[in-house]
Amino acid sequence: MPNMRPDKNPMPTQAAEARKRNFREVALGYSEEAALDEALRCLGCKHMPCVSGCPVNIRIPEFIAKVKEGDFEGAYQIIHETSSLPAVCGRVCPQETQCESKCVRGIKGEPVGIGRLERFVADWHNAHAADNLEKPQPNGIRVAVVGSGPSGLTCAGDLAKKGYDVTVYEALHTAGGVLVYGIPEFRLPKAIVAKEVESLKRLGVTIETNVVIGKTLTVDELFQLGFAAVFIGSGAGLPRFMGIDGEGLKGVYSANEFLTRNNLMRAYLDEPETPIMKGGSVAVVGGGNVAMDAARTALRLGATAVYIVYRRSMDELPARAEEVEHAEEEGVIFKLLCNPVAVLGYENPDDPRDPKNGFVSGLRCVKMELGEPDSDGRRRPVEIPGSEFTLDVDAVVMAIGTSPNPLIKNTTDGLEVNRRGGIVVNEDGLTSRRAVYAGGDAVTGAATVISAMGAGKLAARAIDAALRGEKEKEA
Amino acid sequence: MYEILTKKRLNPTVTQMEIHAPLVAKKAKAGQFIILRVDENGERIPLTVAGTDAVRGAVKIIFQIVGATTHKLNCKKAGDTISDFVGPLGEPTHLDGLKKVCIVGGGVGCAIAMPVAQELHRRGAEVTSIIGFRNKDLVILEEEFRSCSDRLTVMTDDGSYGEHGNVTAPLKAMLDAGEHFDCIITIGPLIMMKFVTLTAKPFGVPVTVSMNPIMIDGTGMCGGCRVTLTQDGKRITKFACVDGPDFNGYEIDFDEAMSRGRMYAAFEHSAHERACNLFREVD
Repeated sequence: MPNMRPDKNPMPTQAAEARKRNFREVALGYSEEAALDEALRCLGCKHMPCVSGCPVNIRIPEFIAKVKEGDFEGAYQIIHETSSLPAVCGRVCPQETQCESKCVRGIKGEPVGIGRLERFVADWHNAHAADNLEKPQPNGIRVAVVGSGPSGLTCAGDLAKKGYDVTVYEALHTAGGVLVYGIPEFRLPKAIVAKEVESLKRLGVTIETNVVIGKTLTVDELFQLGFAAVFIGSGAGLPRFMGIDGEGLKGVYSANEFLTRNNLMRAYLDEPETPIMKGGSVAVVGGGNVAMDAARTALRLGATAVYIVYRRSMDELPARAEEVEHAEEEGVIFKLLCNPVAVLGYENPDDPRDPKNGFVSGLRCVKMELGEPDSDGRRRPVEIPGSEFTLDVDAVVMAIGTSPNPLIKNTTDGLEVNRRGGIVVNEDGLTSRRAVYAGGDAVTGAATVISAMGAGKLAARAIDAALRGEKEKEA
Repeated sequence: MYEILTKKRLNPTVTQMEIHAPLVAKKAKAGQFIILRVDENGERIPLTVAGTDAVRGAVKIIFQIVGATTHKLNCKKAGDTISDFVGPLGEPTHLDGLKKVCIVGGGVGCAIAMPVAQELHRRGAEVTSIIGFRNKDLVILEEEFRSCSDRLTVMTDDGSYGEHGNVTAPLKAMLDAGEHFDCIITIGPLIMMKFVTLTAKPFGVPVTVSMNPIMIDGTGMCGGCRVTLTQDGKRITKFACVDGPDFNGYEIDFDEAMSRGRMYAAFEHSAHERACNLFREVD
């Protein structure tokens, strides 16, 4: 008999008071009992609506059926057939807008905690089972993957499993892309990412760090080196700024810089080699997941007050509900319907050598109200005249998105990009260049880890089909 | 890991190294830079390429010992390795069509200016070089500059070597005397580049400056290296790592760049102290 309780089993978490001052993972994961109980809430619908909500089409009712039986490794194997990074997706996927939004149980209560079960299964596997990483029969065909973020790792893994000789080129010194530099430890422990990268290496994937495609090597040179196809998963690009006064002041960061200093460069250490501003009060501008990550990171670095400044209301906040809730619990202050008009700086009129000169002293904002819906249906925020006020802050983090990186576009003749600079691809992930595929944020602009993985997967399938086709023609 | 092939002390605070990085050596052009990390957990620091030897796969870097990372790097010797070395980053200096150029270098910036001067000389341009240092002990690369310059003026702030004064003095004298340059390329401390630009302004000579802001990834991701330019009366943001490091001197907001460059001054000072104390204990 299914468990007809309307609520999900709650996710155990570190208490807000404790976790807001440490970088350890916030969500602690289900116990076996909770997982079994939650699995029993799944009705095992024959038409499997949840699967259609998953960008990589994990066979959700099947894996949950295994959990019900207590066969956690069996459940893992089902997930692993379609998802190469289950421990990552179980943590960072926006399940509430994907699989769980389609769950029948969600009509009269909460949907089944699919994400929490996925995470449980992946963690159980990592703790109890050894990976079956037999190297597949090599087919001798070389494929290059640009970028080791979620799309690149997925594409590389899928191709390696089919016997391709895959080399992943990473610009930074550590593989993992946004999973390493962007998403903080308290949401996605770096050890999990490192383990996934290690698994790929054992499958035979070569990872070359410190190679910037578009600079160290070009896409054309990759073909000269003997690669038969190239997948570009180079991620989103340059951070956007608002274009308001004071953005050049000391203490104004892009979210990319702030998070990279902390996550990749380990500025959170007591005596770090890479500095970051710690303490004081911090305003984070923006309302997405990246903004939440930055705000919660600032708290953990010792900030006395952290504000989220967002120009629309709580209903329009694009971040995941869970992240917003966690941020609120930890004490992040939401300044909604507010828009920055200038960053203010400290200047001592009597002492040009005052070390505080040129540092941020405040963020000047104007209050907003929601007007008529615009073309995308969202109500447009409109300034309320005369409502300006100043937030006293020592640092400002701009988390308002990115624009595409120009390095590959500028050095690859014939690579078509759209108006916004994203690489243009067809339904197979193929670009305007022969044998050059692309996916993830480099194509879509900032999106989710799972959609990038879906794109990597799709491209791997298309690359395999195209290269096998060529081989058969030759034979 | 990247091997240090050679190490040479140029003056008490400036060291030259050649690093084995064949892909970078094959590609790097004058004006481009690399980013290195000395060891695991180390900071990423940008350094301009001071020369390459594609045959040996060697990339020459010249650095001043100013903080903890450069101190640590300076403690390495030939045969040792560093953990990361990536490049070439940034756009090469635009040299096409330049026939008569004045190169103005200051301090360790001369290390960056040198490959530009050499490349111009190789292309047959007439090169006038002005290089400035605080004092005689800090003079570097004089011979290298002499061999690629049609004219060379060495300046020291205290007059202990060459001519006494700032690099702007001989520049102004030449411009006053009616000397024509297609371009002035200046590389050195921000304050020096600012005054070279101001000196050239009344004469309308184009000035290219090489910016060296704080950077992390160097590939257009973090945005830490942003500089503000004024173009057509509008202030715009550019990124030194992908749009630079060279910019039009007349457009750059030097004062903002100088302020931003000091963002972590207090941190750098204490980190350097810590590193020095650590090495003292080891010694």
